[in-house]
Amino acid sequence: MIEHLIPVLIGTLAAATPLIFAGLGELVTEKSGVINLGVEGMMLIGAVAGFGAALHWGLFAGFVAGALAGALAALPFALLTLSLGANQAASGLALTIFGSGLSAFVGQYLVSESLPGLQPWPIPGLSAIPVLGPIFFNQTVVVYLSYAAAIFVTWVLAKTRWGLVLRAVGESPEAAHTIGYPVTSIRYAAVCFGGAMAGIAGAYLSTVYTPLWVQNMTAGRGWIAVALVVFATWKPLRLLLGAYLFGGMTILQLHAQGLGVDLPSQLLSAIPYVATIVVLVLISRDRALLQLNLPASLGKPFIPGG
Amino acid sequence: MLIPPPPNHPRPLPAGEPRLQLLNISKRYPGVLANDQVSLNVMPGEIHAVLGENGAGKSTLMKIIYGAVQADSGQIQWNGREVSIANPAVARELGIGMVFQHFQLFETLNVTENIALALPPDTDLKTLAVRVREVSEKYGLPLDPERLVHALSVGERQRVEIVRCLLQNPQLLILDEPTSVLTPQAVRKLFETLRKLASEGVSILYISHKLHEIQALCDRATVMRGGCVTGGANPRQESTASLARMMIGRDLPVCHAPVYAGEVKAALEIDSISRPKDDPFGVTLEDISLTVNSGEVVGIAGISGNGQAELLAALSGESTGRSDSVRIAGLPVGHLHAGQRRDRGLSFVPEERLGRGAVPSMSLTQNAMLTAHRQPGLSRFGLLDFKAARDFALRCIERFDVRCNGPQAAARSLSGGNLQKFIVGREIMQAPKVMIVAQPTWGVDVGAAATLRQTLLDLSREGVGVLVVSEELEELFEICDRIAVLAGGRLSAAMPRNETNAEQIGLLMAGQAAAASV
Repeated sequence: MIEHLIPVLIGTLAAATPLIFAGLGELVTEKSGVINLGVEGMMLIGAVAGFGAALHWGLFAGFVAGALAGALAALPFALLTLSLGANQAASGLALTIFGSGLSAFVGQYLVSESLPGLQPWPIPGLSAIPVLGPIFFNQTVVVYLSYAAAIFVTWVLAKTRWGLVLRAVGESPEAAHTIGYPVTSIRYAAVCFGGAMAGIAGAYLSTVYTPLWVQNMTAGRGWIAVALVVFATWKPLRLLLGAYLFGGMTILQLHAQGLGVDLPSQLLSAIPYVATIVVLVLISRDRALLQLNLPASLGKPFIPGG
Repeated sequence: MLIPPPPNHPRPLPAGEPRLQLLNISKRYPGVLANDQVSLNVMPGEIHAVLGENGAGKSTLMKIIYGAVQADSGQIQWNGREVSIANPAVARELGIGMVFQHFQLFETLNVTENIALALPPDTDLKTLAVRVREVSEKYGLPLDPERLVHALSVGERQRVEIVRCLLQNPQLLILDEPTSVLTPQAVRKLFETLRKLASEGVSILYISHKLHEIQALCDRATVMRGGCVTGGANPRQESTASLARMMIGRDLPVCHAPVYAGEVKAALEIDSISRPKDDPFGVTLEDISLTVNSGEVVGIAGISGNGQAELLAALSGESTGRSDSVRIAGLPVGHLHAGQRRDRGLSFVPEERLGRGAVPSMSLTQNAMLTAHRQPGLSRFGLLDFKAARDFALRCIERFDVRCNGPQAAARSLSGGNLQKFIVGREIMQAPKVMIVAQPTWGVDVGAAATLRQTLLDLSREGVGVLVVSEELEELFEICDRIAVLAGGRLSAAMPRNETNAEQIGLLMAGQAAAASV
């Protein structure tokens, strides 16, 4: 039994990785009090930029280009919402539509190309642990980086001065401003970090996971990432769990399709989305936890006055 | 790792040199001159009062000193040298600390984290927690550094603000209306702390409109009215009346309470309301009972956040419960929602004037209709009669002396006092059997506050049961026949005003029921 499950679980981690990157980025953005619904668009821009760069200069350049493109895509959003006080939800939706269109336009020249992908790099020693070894430590470098990113974000938010200031700004921009923190600059940084992480998530999809460029290849993962952040009550490690749940369901339904289960494939493809949302709604019903972690100023514009 | 030394060694100054000197400070906002050529000086170790009504320009002046607002013209001299204070960080660097009226704290962070945010970036949280404990004990402001701010009482939150300032080694501490949320006992404790600080050479600017506090605490007072300095005084040598004249330009108005001669029957009965909190930051109501009779004003004292919001929601009908938990003139209404309770003779004036009492962008006529539409003659076949509505609003404006540009003026264009007069008037004109008012004079100038209090008293003497929920003890003692205290979600028995005093009410407010009954 377990030997049949191991391939599923290995696939789970790979499928969850883009959600982890995009979700962590959005988590940091939201902790600063800004909700960016443009994750899907930024992922697509990152995916196309990453794929193009990886074709010419290799995989590493692909990830750098993905991150830069994602951060760059977040900038107009930041300008609209943070400097001009525009509505965050509407601006985020616009960013998603823009990203989808722009990536399709640029990507039309890349459709016939393909990349070799990335071979797993087993960590010596750890990968020999029975069951857990092959699942967690016989993966690509990018998957390892997703673990590191989750731990890093957890640590920064909980233990460092930066994290403290970020949480403070997200809870009460007025108080942070009065004490003398540059609220708008801090939020710019958080939004751009979110963009860069979404870009990395996109680049992973197009250069490692698939690895080729298809129009709208993110297929709603950006939206799942946004939902994960809320249902994870803004806690990075819960977000990791949510991402693995989604990844696991994705791989399971693929296997089910492969085994010829007698259900329409469209219905099976919808299962991961439905299951993730249902499970997360159930586990995040604790209002006290929600209130304590919810950035109180989320979505509300703050323009410092004189 | 750099923790500032304790605040007991301010820089020595030549004798007679003021620590802070303001020269001809002016600040104009669109439509108002908030500060007009204001000059002021504060000596080292002096407790200096800035006295004035709401809107006199005190807060603007303090924000200018703290760098949160920039003056249009004028000069600031700090320890004898001209400075420009571009932002609060510069002010803190100079040694100016400020305790805000509306606390600038972060509820989901703990005490140490809140304090660390105002200190240099290299502050180590563990060492800081130790320092917080030390300083808070030294100045009689006990605090647990690990607790989350949302779990603290209002008094404790203020301690966080004060300790945060003290750790910045201030030479000048500004306190903006610091006692508005404290019990009388806590006020005394605060004054001890402030005197100790002053004896160590720290200058204190104390902003208030409470005359007896200023007389008890301050060495010197600067009085402001309408953005200008109208005088300086030694508050200990002045009478309350003479200070009041300086502050409002005329004598302090007094309320008079005639004896009620009509029939006494229960107007509002609250029968053991218990309600678990539905919000983790909320308060659980425990077995609250109270009867308000026709012809009397009953006050509920206590600091906001002790169940006031929850109790008011249960009374107004925003949250519902057992049918006989609330009765209006004998009629069970506990299960009815707000509109149905109003149909049965309840009027309710919420604490937030803009947003709950009135819709800011709507005209006074429209705002009047929001609750008065149920009055006969104002609607026909379910449609509003706007001519009658306008007449209604006009009568309200005239009868209650609301200063505005007529019934078409937007609610937000009125001053706090005038809008409150309109809202209270709107309710009174609907001839209620029970009137519930939360914080009737919060942020209202002295003149309007006196009018409002007298209006509520007169209303009760017409046979209406009036329930007032307020943080202002003096106000309650002025107008209430009986006073109860809401603390920690429990309501004390209502005591006749002449059988209790501020001291006892204060102990009850602090949740010390046993101590208060002795």
